[in-house]
Amino acid sequence: MRGPTEKELEGYTSPVYVYRAWCKGCGICVEFCPKNVLEIDDQNKCAVVRPQDCIKCKLCQLRCPDFAIIVDDGK
Amino acid sequence: MAFDRTAHKYLRKNFKMPTIWCSGCGIGIILGSIFKALEDLNMTGDNTVFVGGIGCSSRIPFYVDFDALHTTHGRPIAFATGVKFAKPDLNVVVVAGDGDTAAIGGNHFIHACRRNIDITLIVINNKIYGMTGGQYSPTTKSGEKTTTSPYGHIERSFDISKLAAAAGATYVARSSVYHVTHLDKIIKEAFAHKGMSVVEIMSPCWTTHGRRNRFKTPVEMYKWLKDNMIPLNAWEKLPEDKRAGKIPYGVFVNKKDIPEYCEAYYEHIIKPNLNKKRRDFSEDIEAMKIKLEIKAKEGWHV
Amino acid sequence: MSEFKRVGIIQGNEACAVAAIDAGVRFFAGYPITPSTEIAEMLAAELPKVGGRFIQMEDELGSMAALVGASFAGLKPMTATSGPGFSLMQENLGFAAMVEAPCVVVNVQRGGPSTGLPTKASQGDVMQAKWGSHGNYPIIALAPHTVREVYDATVMAVNFAEEYRTPVVLLLDEVIGHMRERVVLPMPEEIKVVNRKKPSEPPEFYKPYKHTEDYIPPMAIFGEGYRFLTTGLFHDEMGFPTSDDNEITKLVKRLHKKIYAHEEKIWRYEEFMTEDAEYLLIAYGSAARAAKEAVLLTRKEGKKVGLLRILTVWPFPAKIVRELANGKKAVLVCELNYGELVGEVERATKGLNVPVFFKGRWDGELLHPFEIRDFIKGV
Repeated sequence: MRGPTEKELEGYTSPVYVYRAWCKGCGICVEFCPKNVLEIDDQNKCAVVRPQDCIKCKLCQLRCPDFAIIVDDGK
Repeated sequence: MAFDRTAHKYLRKNFKMPTIWCSGCGIGIILGSIFKALEDLNMTGDNTVFVGGIGCSSRIPFYVDFDALHTTHGRPIAFATGVKFAKPDLNVVVVAGDGDTAAIGGNHFIHACRRNIDITLIVINNKIYGMTGGQYSPTTKSGEKTTTSPYGHIERSFDISKLAAAAGATYVARSSVYHVTHLDKIIKEAFAHKGMSVVEIMSPCWTTHGRRNRFKTPVEMYKWLKDNMIPLNAWEKLPEDKRAGKIPYGVFVNKKDIPEYCEAYYEHIIKPNLNKKRRDFSEDIEAMKIKLEIKAKEGWHV
Repeated sequence: MSEFKRVGIIQGNEACAVAAIDAGVRFFAGYPITPSTEIAEMLAAELPKVGGRFIQMEDELGSMAALVGASFAGLKPMTATSGPGFSLMQENLGFAAMVEAPCVVVNVQRGGPSTGLPTKASQGDVMQAKWGSHGNYPIIALAPHTVREVYDATVMAVNFAEEYRTPVVLLLDEVIGHMRERVVLPMPEEIKVVNRKKPSEPPEFYKPYKHTEDYIPPMAIFGEGYRFLTTGLFHDEMGFPTSDDNEITKLVKRLHKKIYAHEEKIWRYEEFMTEDAEYLLIAYGSAARAAKEAVLLTRKEGKKVGLLRILTVWPFPAKIVRELANGKKAVLVCELNYGELVGEVERATKGLNVPVFFKGRWDGELLHPFEIRDFIKGV
């Protein structure tokens, strides 16, 4: 398993997780999020700013070219 | 939290991350779709091989935790033909760009389609040679500016899907990195298809193409795909004069009645001949003896 | 005649095809080209009988590519071609050398450059066999001189490819390929067949390009769970691309040592009347046939000539050439080209104070023993 370790994910409560080490800040996720949950921050990385609005449609995860976004799939 | 981590499971162990591709490049999105299809179809490192050529797209085999062959420019389909034909039990996936497929490797491409060998070819069409810095490719549109067409491109472009269909591929589909759910669907269908399957995926290259053609960000190029790609059924209803500049997406060919090459070879060539007596030249000797006898009868000194 | 199980009056090309199957070749990908086509034709008919596979590719670029693919899928692959096709194969021949894929390329040489002389003999591709693809890599090349030797050399080529994980070039020529000779071939079960070294460690510890003591890394096969990456880029032991100068140095050195550390085992040559010789002839392939005759002719006239007939042209047996040339009045190299291996002979005899002479032909005709005899007279 690559990406964030279980430890890094431990205690994380928002439905969207951004693995900043791999994010290149392209902004595709921000543009196509139907609920404006995400924004590009001052470090040019994706940040989850409105997690309460997330409807878990996973479009950000599907369109993230860098495997940096994972969404809770309720399983 | 139960996150969906399919991609993280299939990424090659110990290989350096993040990926080599530029910010906003669509190749990673396609790789994500590939991972999902692999998961759904139970294709594993024990039964699947990835083959890539040269270019940005062909870096995909590096990132999949599978047997992988990163080959020479234009030849991945020929390498894949060797792998598949030698060991037909394997699933063989070729990932190539538009240059690999339609320019330097055009010959291998059409002939693999003609043979209907069971290979899945994923063509990542970014309409440019990205890795070498943005030279025009066989799919660059007329009028576009590239480093080798600084005054605008004068050549016409290939339609890779039409080419594949005309050459005889039995599954041909087009999608884009914007239409991700459709992309997931057709990649899965292509993997599951028996015979030559070709999936053309429109994937923008902002760094070497969009930037020079009035796109301010990669995101704008994704929006362009959203606005200008039309589902096949809608495209067919569209009057001819409204089609200019638009690209249809969907499944163009899906034939199931054409024999697959490796199966046909086994059925018609190996099975009827297996364990038959090998040629040992005794028949030549016999033939020569008869000839000599005839000559002797004719009075020749033999 | 039933006691003669494998006796025939056969072509070199046919002998090559029979030997390939005996040596375990089970995959052939090729493109028709004179004068090599008989090999493809015969294997198309014979391979299915042993469960092997034959495919006629769209060109030689693709043929060579398919060979490497089949090699990694676990079969012993072979192709056959001639000059123009051999030129096209250079791209992926270099790739095969880089990724260390065992495979055999038969080049039935014809006149060149370009389309040249399709139906006549030449030895003009000897240097191309070694230096044809770009970059630094060694190669093994064999040049047999009789139909019977074509059989042995083909078996040897397949075995060398497997043993050393390398492409091997078999240099026939139009005369050797098309000439018919009576041969008695061994039965397949009498042949010593070598198979590639397989990894002994579990997949998680497997390094596809490990720097082993004998310089030959064990080779895993696709679909066995090793999940390895192989690339034509410079790579480290894991097969991952690298631009680290240390890693590149190690790789290039190992590729060369893999062949050169074992070269004495690879060298095959024949000494003919060299014990008391004052002059040394050096030849290979079809030119060696005339050279042998010329030795006998010249000896009748009182000049003591011996022949060193080289089968392994690459790696070049420089040590043997030097030992035999030492103390001779002159060395004469006979080739069907404008002078190729003669350069290697000059290199090998440097400082010995033995003059090296060259007699060549490049018009598609063979050297005549009289020509060589007269040439020796003039030395």
